Amino acid sequence: MDDLKELERAIAEINEIAQGFGLDPFPMRYEICPPDIIYTFGAYGMPTRFSHWSFGKAFHRMKLQYDLGLSKIYELVINSNPSYAFLLEGNSLIQNKLIVAHVLAHTDFFKNNAYFSKTNRDMVESMSATAERIHNYEIQYGKDVVENFLDAALSIQEHVDPSLVVPKLRYDLQEEEVEVAPKKPPTPYDDLWKLDRNEKEIKTPQKERKLPPRPEKDLLLFIQEYSPILEEWQRDILTMLREEMLYFWPQIETKIMNEGWASYWHTKILREMDLTEEETIEFAKLNAAVVQPSRTSINPYYLGIKLFEDIEKRWDNPTKEEQERFGRKPGQGRKKIFEVREVERDISFLQNYLTKENVKEMELYLYQKKGNEWVIVEKDWEKIRDQLVQAKVNGGFPYIVVENGDFLRNGELYLKHQYEGIELDIRYVEKTLPYVYQLWGKTVHLETKIEERSVLFSYDGKKVFRKFL
Amino acid sequence: MNEPLFSISKEDWSLHRKGYEDQMRHKQKVREAIKKNLPDLVSEESIILSNGKEIVKIPIRSLDEYRFRYNYNKQKLVGQGKGKVGDVLGRDDSGQPGPGKGDGAGDQPGVDIYEAEVTVEEIEQMLFADLELPNLKNKPNQKMIVEDIRFNDVRKKGLMGNIDKKRTILENLKRNSLNGKAMIKNISIDDLRFKTWEEIIKPHSQAVVIAMMDTSGSMGMFEKYVARTFFFWMVRFLRTKYEHVEIVFIAHHTEAKEVTEEEFFTRGESGGTICSSAYRKALEIIDSRYPPDRFNIYPVHFSDGDNLTSDNERSLNAVKELLKRSNMFGYGEINSYNRHSTLMSVFKNIKDEKFRSAVIREKSEVYQALRTFFSKNEANQD
Repeated sequence: MDDLKELERAIAEINEIAQGFGLDPFPMRYEICPPDIIYTFGAYGMPTRFSHWSFGKAFHRMKLQYDLGLSKIYELVINSNPSYAFLLEGNSLIQNKLIVAHVLAHTDFFKNNAYFSKTNRDMVESMSATAERIHNYEIQYGKDVVENFLDAALSIQEHVDPSLVVPKLRYDLQEEEVEVAPKKPPTPYDDLWKLDRNEKEIKTPQKERKLPPRPEKDLLLFIQEYSPILEEWQRDILTMLREEMLYFWPQIETKIMNEGWASYWHTKILREMDLTEEETIEFAKLNAAVVQPSRTSINPYYLGIKLFEDIEKRWDNPTKEEQERFGRKPGQGRKKIFEVREVERDISFLQNYLTKENVKEMELYLYQKKGNEWVIVEKDWEKIRDQLVQAKVNGGFPYIVVENGDFLRNGELYLKHQYEGIELDIRYVEKTLPYVYQLWGKTVHLETKIEERSVLFSYDGKKVFRKFL
Repeated sequence: MNEPLFSISKEDWSLHRKGYEDQMRHKQKVREAIKKNLPDLVSEESIILSNGKEIVKIPIRSLDEYRFRYNYNKQKLVGQGKGKVGDVLGRDDSGQPGPGKGDGAGDQPGVDIYEAEVTVEEIEQMLFADLELPNLKNKPNQKMIVEDIRFNDVRKKGLMGNIDKKRTILENLKRNSLNGKAMIKNISIDDLRFKTWEEIIKPHSQAVVIAMMDTSGSMGMFEKYVARTFFFWMVRFLRTKYEHVEIVFIAHHTEAKEVTEEEFFTRGESGGTICSSAYRKALEIIDSRYPPDRFNIYPVHFSDGDNLTSDNERSLNAVKELLKRSNMFGYGEINSYNRHSTLMSVFKNIKDEKFRSAVIREKSEVYQALRTFFSKNEANQD
């Protein structure tokens, strides 16, 4: 109980310091949880999410790593209002201080970054309702049937359109038809006219009509709307999965910034606190572990904090040239990073603020597989920056669009991979197409490139075919 | 706006079992996948070569969460640290191309790939659950237990006739050297050591399996591998499920020899093929050591079917003789090209339900052969 009192005092102090710095977080609910609960939330992404074996698999692996002492999650924070932060039971007070400062900055980011502006802040409850609904479907249609469907649905869950402006399918067949058909004056009997018109149009096939009229990025939504074989409950599940994906999407797109922001502030805030010598040393150790660079991947905490610190420094002390050319006044660092946290996402963050000096200082490089060795192949800073950006395009997922939902006039689904230099994993393509088939009910095709040649993969319900175009 | 800035709570989470429940479901699916993959796992080289001692890592493909993703092997990735162009960061040793190795698993950095670890024990559990010695009968005339005596212990007290001279002298030397003089003198009662024996109760086996393998020149790498894979699992199955089954190993080409287990699994031979030699050897061993009124007898023979034509008639007769004495006779033919086989065409005419045969065209059919021979009733097999 004393521990809780102390923690409470510490949180109050941290809140005050954070406010002094101008951070603007959601109110926080801190929950102290045993490890298996923290790892459950980590694996599911949310405490209230629906059940699926793939989450069990992730949970098992994370928990195993914890049990073996290989990794540890100290906290989890949920983007909601109020925000929830789950603290690992047994954290020391100084660990909790660091975490509290860290999660406060996360929720400040959730609340103020533009890409989060449309996220559902009641997602905890929504996901809970989703879980309940899916569970009911299990009772109604059988666990295996639902699981089977989820397997297929989850295989394309990343293929949504997260753009902020157009949340729905970007076209409306009715609308397109109206444009073609002669306009009728509005009358009280408009509905009847419409009925009549539709009937006529079905009889006379239109040349230009194509579904979708333009390539459609939101594969999930397209299937949900136009698949000829889905039942209501299946469409319902797709809707819910899509909602969840859209909720997670900004987090995928701002990983480097978000972690950088949180790491930046936990460092700043803890420097303001009155720490004992022991605490100072433990804090330094923890912090070092968090921002530890890796030889084979990018540590978002490290890259993110480096960039924010660099931006602040550069805007605090602009060069003569910068002052003259851009009218930058000295001492604007803090203001600048707040602006950056508001308007950027990782792609633009890297594009706009990663400099030659950063790349050199962080000793970044590109590596690649040659034969069976992983070899450093590039140290040119622009190529490195472009690769970092490239890896974040579309959340790091291949960009796939629906070209045609009525391919060969036979209701077949034609997908196209917008190839930009990186090939798809062919084995995975061949294993995923059957899932898409399961959702669409007719032959599905995917066009992509291998060795610079266009190739079409097709699955007809029995076998995957491959054909060079 | 009166919402408090924060709250702390600590709830009882003990009923929150979702993670564990879904973990169970995942585990169950892994088992299903193993079961589905049994035909392939049974002929997995790494298991046979590891002699069944090790854990094998097998990518359980159906448990991957498939989605459209990039080919990491063809992508440039970002890392950080000291290093110049050309420095090697790591090696992917599992990546050498070979049978059964796609572009799937590997420990490439930065990529998270799931491989189910399967212990040989797990595979056995599932595999052996389906297998048993067919037509096994109680043999009432057998003497269940033989006693044996083995000298295998040394004690301070015992009969003078069993004195262990070497150890007694060693003890004396030890004692004298403790007193400063390393020599043999004044042997005292304390120095005496006696051999003593133990009575071993050795239950007599009820069944004998006679494993016969063609080691002639026509048995190529593939044929030998398949035959050994079959016998590998057969031996493990018999030893795991039955406490008292004896196994006799016979290798043959134009003539047959009884060999040790190790020789059976490792020896390469060549020459022509006379299968009847093995069958006659088996008959000889049965008649001298395993009277059918006391033993359940199971001869199993693997060959490529390429028998000397003039021997077919003799082989047929020998098999008929064996059938009279056996509970089941199994003939496995490894015939990857679907050749017309001289031996099988002769055996086709055997109308005895104790005779079972299996043709193996590819590795994965070893599993089916095991099920054909070692199941209660062949008719039940799918």
